[in-house]
Amino acid sequence: MTANIEALPLENLPLWLAIPVALFLILGGIIIVIGALGLLRLPNFYQRIHGPAVTITLGAGSILIASMLFFSGLQSRPVIHELLITLFILMTAPVTAMLIMRAGVYRDLRAGKIDYTHPRGTRFPAEK
Amino acid sequence: MTTLLWFAIGFAQACIFLAMIFCAIRLLWGPSAQDRVLALDTLWMCTMLAALMMGIRFANDVYFELALLIALTGFVSSVALAKFLMRGEIIE
Repeated sequence: MTANIEALPLENLPLWLAIPVALFLILGGIIIVIGALGLLRLPNFYQRIHGPAVTITLGAGSILIASMLFFSGLQSRPVIHELLITLFILMTAPVTAMLIMRAGVYRDLRAGKIDYTHPRGTRFPAEK
Repeated sequence: MTTLLWFAIGFAQACIFLAMIFCAIRLLWGPSAQDRVLALDTLWMCTMLAALMMGIRFANDVYFELALLIALTGFVSSVALAKFLMRGEIIE
């Protein structure tokens, strides 16, 4: 931490607000890494799509709550315009996930990777 | 108290950076095209969170608009890429 960063008015934040902000930041960081690790490590595309969902909903929600608390404490008035991003993400993330998943299913069907004549239903397509 | 806050901010920024590295690996290495689109969507989200974290770190309100714009652009680009994967064209 250099001197010019320490000179910023972070000391105006009271202690009872700094602790929840720090907790939400640490929680959000851990959740974001877990989601990205799921995206990296899960074996199949249809399992892999569940990782970013955790990142987008829980991780982004934690960081946004921390940002809201931080700016409310810093400016001594309720600052809730981060709710705009929260609302936008909660509306658009399922749409994006559903479109990508439909595109993946269509592409796998077209490539003949999904065995939809199987009597027990569809199986996971094999990873090439 | 300020030390705790600085530690939390640095930890969250490091976590977001690590998540962006994971997404970049999946983006470069992903076996199918839909994996790449999914990784790019997650990378947009991580960039938005990184902008928010910059706003907290520098105690500046301007970064909020940057994060909102990044979220909007990311949604539009992800939808366009998904439609392109599904149909082969974006505007029919």
